[in-house]
Amino acid sequence: MEYYAEVTVQLKDGMLDPEGSTIKRALEHLGYSPKDVKSAKKFIITIESESIDKAKDTVDEMCRRLIANPVIHDYSIIMREA
Amino acid sequence: MKIAIIQFGGSNCDMDVLHIFKDILNVNAELVWYKNKDLSGYDGVVLPGGFSYGDYLRSGAIASRTPIMDSVKKIANEGKPVLGICNGFQILTEASLLDGALMTNSYPKFICDWTYLKVENNNTIFTSRFNEGEVIKIPVAHKEGNYYNTPERLNELNNNHQVAFRYVNQKGHLTNESNPNGSVENIAGITNSKGNVLGLMPHPERAAESILGSKDGLKLFLSMVDYFSNE
Repeated sequence: MEYYAEVTVQLKDGMLDPEGSTIKRALEHLGYSPKDVKSAKKFIITIESESIDKAKDTVDEMCRRLIANPVIHDYSIIMREA
Repeated sequence: MKIAIIQFGGSNCDMDVLHIFKDILNVNAELVWYKNKDLSGYDGVVLPGGFSYGDYLRSGAIASRTPIMDSVKKIANEGKPVLGICNGFQILTEASLLDGALMTNSYPKFICDWTYLKVENNNTIFTSRFNEGEVIKIPVAHKEGNYYNTPERLNELNNNHQVAFRYVNQKGHLTNESNPNGSVENIAGITNSKGNVLGLMPHPERAAESILGSKDGLKLFLSMVDYFSNE
């Protein structure tokens, strides 16, 4: 089976996020008052695997080994069938 | 003694480092393209500055996972000197050869400017020619040089004397104004616990001849040469 994994990588809570805070300021210039803006990166990975669980395990390993930096990032994975 | 200067796609300070070793210090140094995985026969490694792989994903992330880095890790584990400058520092942290991470500058802009650094530890392969506490003038050129680490790990770095350089003002005082990128505790360069791997954001190779406005950076390379001659 083929699966899509949607991986979102963002800075851990409390870490300085200059891109997020710059966007927040710009939104304020437009008259909005967001409580917080965080920037994040999204990756969409297509993967073939026996099961959705196995596919997720592999993607999780990819995140730990390359896609996220454990020192500064949290990540989340959403799986669906392709 | 033979030094390997590793070239990745996007390295751009490789020739400057080669110039320092070959033309100024008369040391045997060679450029090594990242696909040549074999580093046996080299006594030390330099990972030069640049924008390897266009800074895709994170600065240094892709280069740190190339096969040549296994050979660099081997050299580091053998206790031989490994120096990472700017993008090289980013690669070393991404490869877990150095602790912590280099994030986007607190003011998210590329900075190219002179900085003053305080030599915090002159008892390493790379800093023996400096005096402890010496203030030196070396330029930075980066957008992702904001050093970060957790309070626990910072404690360990400090206790093990792994902080080699901090950003200071001309008088040697640690101030917010002298910190160009928001690095925690004004950290500009650190070593591993054994002291044979150094990473720093400032560019010593750009401050190694009087014509460049400072030759303070030359002492870093001279320290390495001393180490090899005393071995």
